[in-house]
Amino acid sequence: MRNFILRRLFLGLFITFFGAMLVYTVIRSLPSSYVETVARQRATNPLSTKTYQEWLAQLNEVYGLDKGIIPGFLGWVGNALHGNFGDSWHYGIPVIEKFNQVIWYSVIINIITFLVELFIAIPLGIVAATKQYSRTDYAITVFALMGISLPTFFLATILKYVFSIKLGWFDLYGLTGRFFNSMTPLQQAGDIAYHMVLPIVTLMMLSIGGLMRYTRTNMLEVLNSDYIRTARAKGLSEKVVVNKHAFRNTLIPLVSYMSYLLPTMFGGALITETLYQIPGIGFVAYQAIVRGDIPFAMFYTTFQIILTQVSLLIADIMYAVVDPRVRVN
Amino acid sequence: MIDNEKINENTEPEKTYLEEPNEPMALDDARRVKVLSPGMLVFKRFIRNKLAVVGLGIILVMFTFSFLGPLLSPYSQTQVFKGLGQMTKDYASAIYNTELRYTVQEGEKFGAAERAQFLLAMGKNQTDFSVGADSYAYVPLGEGSYLLMKLNPIAEALLGNLRSLTGQALEPALVEAFNTASKNKQEFFSVGGTDYRIIQKGKTSQVATIDDVALATLNVFDAYNKTDEPLVNGYEFKVESTRAITEQKTTFKVQDSTYTLIDEDGLFTVVDAQGANFAEVSNIIVNPLQQSLFLEISFKKAIREAIANREDKVNYTEANGNVVEYVIDRVNTNYYIKTLVPTELIRIYEAPTSEHPLGLDNNGMDVMTRLMYGGRVSLLVGFVVIFIELFIGVIVGGVSGYFGNWVDTSLMRLVDLFNSIPFYPMVLIFGSVMDALEVPPMTRIFLLMAILGLLGWTGVARVVRGQILSLREQDFMVATEATGIRTSRRIFRHLVPNVMPLLIVQATAGLGGIIISEATLGFLGLGVKYPLASWGSIINVASDAYVMTNFWFMWLPAGSLILLTVLGFNFVGDGLRDAFDPKMKR
Repeated sequence: MRNFILRRLFLGLFITFFGAMLVYTVIRSLPSSYVETVARQRATNPLSTKTYQEWLAQLNEVYGLDKGIIPGFLGWVGNALHGNFGDSWHYGIPVIEKFNQVIWYSVIINIITFLVELFIAIPLGIVAATKQYSRTDYAITVFALMGISLPTFFLATILKYVFSIKLGWFDLYGLTGRFFNSMTPLQQAGDIAYHMVLPIVTLMMLSIGGLMRYTRTNMLEVLNSDYIRTARAKGLSEKVVVNKHAFRNTLIPLVSYMSYLLPTMFGGALITETLYQIPGIGFVAYQAIVRGDIPFAMFYTTFQIILTQVSLLIADIMYAVVDPRVRVN
Repeated sequence: MIDNEKINENTEPEKTYLEEPNEPMALDDARRVKVLSPGMLVFKRFIRNKLAVVGLGIILVMFTFSFLGPLLSPYSQTQVFKGLGQMTKDYASAIYNTELRYTVQEGEKFGAAERAQFLLAMGKNQTDFSVGADSYAYVPLGEGSYLLMKLNPIAEALLGNLRSLTGQALEPALVEAFNTASKNKQEFFSVGGTDYRIIQKGKTSQVATIDDVALATLNVFDAYNKTDEPLVNGYEFKVESTRAITEQKTTFKVQDSTYTLIDEDGLFTVVDAQGANFAEVSNIIVNPLQQSLFLEISFKKAIREAIANREDKVNYTEANGNVVEYVIDRVNTNYYIKTLVPTELIRIYEAPTSEHPLGLDNNGMDVMTRLMYGGRVSLLVGFVVIFIELFIGVIVGGVSGYFGNWVDTSLMRLVDLFNSIPFYPMVLIFGSVMDALEVPPMTRIFLLMAILGLLGWTGVARVVRGQILSLREQDFMVATEATGIRTSRRIFRHLVPNVMPLLIVQATAGLGGIIISEATLGFLGLGVKYPLASWGSIINVASDAYVMTNFWFMWLPAGSLILLTVLGFNFVGDGLRDAFDPKMKR
């Protein structure tokens, strides 16, 4: 087991390194408009003693843009290993500081979404599987497929149109209301929670279908297995068969599903946050990316790659913990 | 033979009797079982799945809509619809004149220096001013009008002795009159019809004749006839009319013609002897805003009346009898006269009509037609991307699964690497790179397909590899090895076709996802660009809250089309999965 974990860790490092390099290569092909803008600003400053060209050369050196892609990337890795991800170009503060400011909004939204999703999707998935091809099953399948087929932006637009514009229950954008600054801390928390309702509903409706179908497929597989037949042959009631024998075994694949939560939780919901302009990590990263903010984009994508690798590792370990058969092999 | 079905007992017996009429068939006769080909079996099972059939129907409708629709649509993708609309345009401007206008008598001079000194003197409430050696005086002539006079000294008095300055001897009457005037401290006196003025300069006083030089007035003069303009704008007419206004006379005389003055609340109309309108006098300037435009004097009059009466609308009857409405807008001291001018407008955000079933968009293009062309792009992007994914995935997965060992390990690490790259951040970066490099719209679509394909092939590779790993141990592969078939043929002719069912399922389900990704990119403005359209880029306008609130037809149809199409692909993919998978048998 230890060997396996070590090997997995090594692989993770390898993938992170080359993944980050790939991203760096693409990002570097962005025209460095930011550097040019700053160089122009500084050159036009009356106190400046350097020309635009000189400023440009100096800034490029500072940001490692004068070097080739590989040396530039190695320089970035060297800094990153020391925990130095540089200053965000778009936000003007250290990348880590910005990250710390916004990450918890995303984490909260995703945790709530996940909990609600679990409570709705798993029971429905089990019901659909036990009553396969019944009317309930069809309804649940169609509902699940609808959720999968809905583009995020379309769902968000519809929800906004109905609940914000027609009914006027929620604000169209943002995390805080107009009078946020004049509220007591408790009211502020309430205000934020209120503004999180629509994003959470959106995220939930989109992901619920996937989990429901996943549960259904796994449950079907379990129900078709030999030990369920044995349990039925023993004369156990259907209730016991489903709840005790089948359901517990359904949870094994769900563990791997849940491990994917990690990248989503800390990576934020990029599209949903952008649509509702929730200042979580997703929205912040979106803005940084489309404005060519190399330090922030690099940090965000590398962070995502690391999270994916960690989640894969956790999934493997959890498999071994939950399923004795894996441990034997 | 688990999947073969029992033939229908009612219809089949006839057939068997025909073939072998004499032999009764046993219940377990093999001929009673109809053997179907695997493909037929899948098809039968697929057809029985209602959802899958519905999905297939949706996809067919979408294809017809997108690929046949544009042929039937009367409009083209980039046709901009324009219409004549009324648009308010600034037509003229008016202002109360605050700057004195000078009319100089012929042969005299009243230049910039003199005007400046005059204004200074007015500010200091002095009646006299001098420029160089010349002295001037002015007298108010009614409100906002001044008569400017030049003083020509003819004599000088020092301690009561008057001495001629011109060299001509002084008339005794003049001397006498001067003495009386200076005794009474009068400034003016007149002798024999000529006015004189006494100017004090220190201890000397001068006697000067007065010459009218110029008229400074806030009034503007407009002639009804162009031919009368020199006269109306001449010094004499202006002075006489201003004087008449001041003295509240109704008639005045210029160059032997008598004119009548009609007062209309501060606006004056001058009527000539024949009773026809001759000129207008007013302190409101009305100017056209376009150089080429000439304003009728009657129009100016109407505007002036309206401004004087503080009205904000004027109905002016033109020479041809048309009544045109003008709106007067006041900005500080300026009045802007606006009128509705028929202008060719792009009909943006026009609500649905029978002509344009889904209205017109932000560029004045037909939404329905754009949806059709957009569907082409969206569906094509989906199919091309899935083809790229399958192409790369099958090769990598096939090679990896067949060779195993280090080839497998290294290729699978490559798959892991590609799999770890976060999809949306990466695609967004590509989108901004393409934005920055200003890639033309058509090239952009191809690049988009390539990027989506390159980021998405890992799933296919994994499925193919897993399947081939188990297939290569089977007997038929041993047979291919024994018959000496070359490796590439073994992989791509014998192994890959066995993976086909799974690939089809994977591809169908994947199509939906690709269409969504492409639409999301389009919605964020990083996908397909104007003038080309895709369903996502059509919805893009709804990211503007104003459009979203007011024009549902801009985003609802496109969104529904995406939803339906993706749903269709998912239904079919689901149905295919069930149909291919024997375990899912009902």
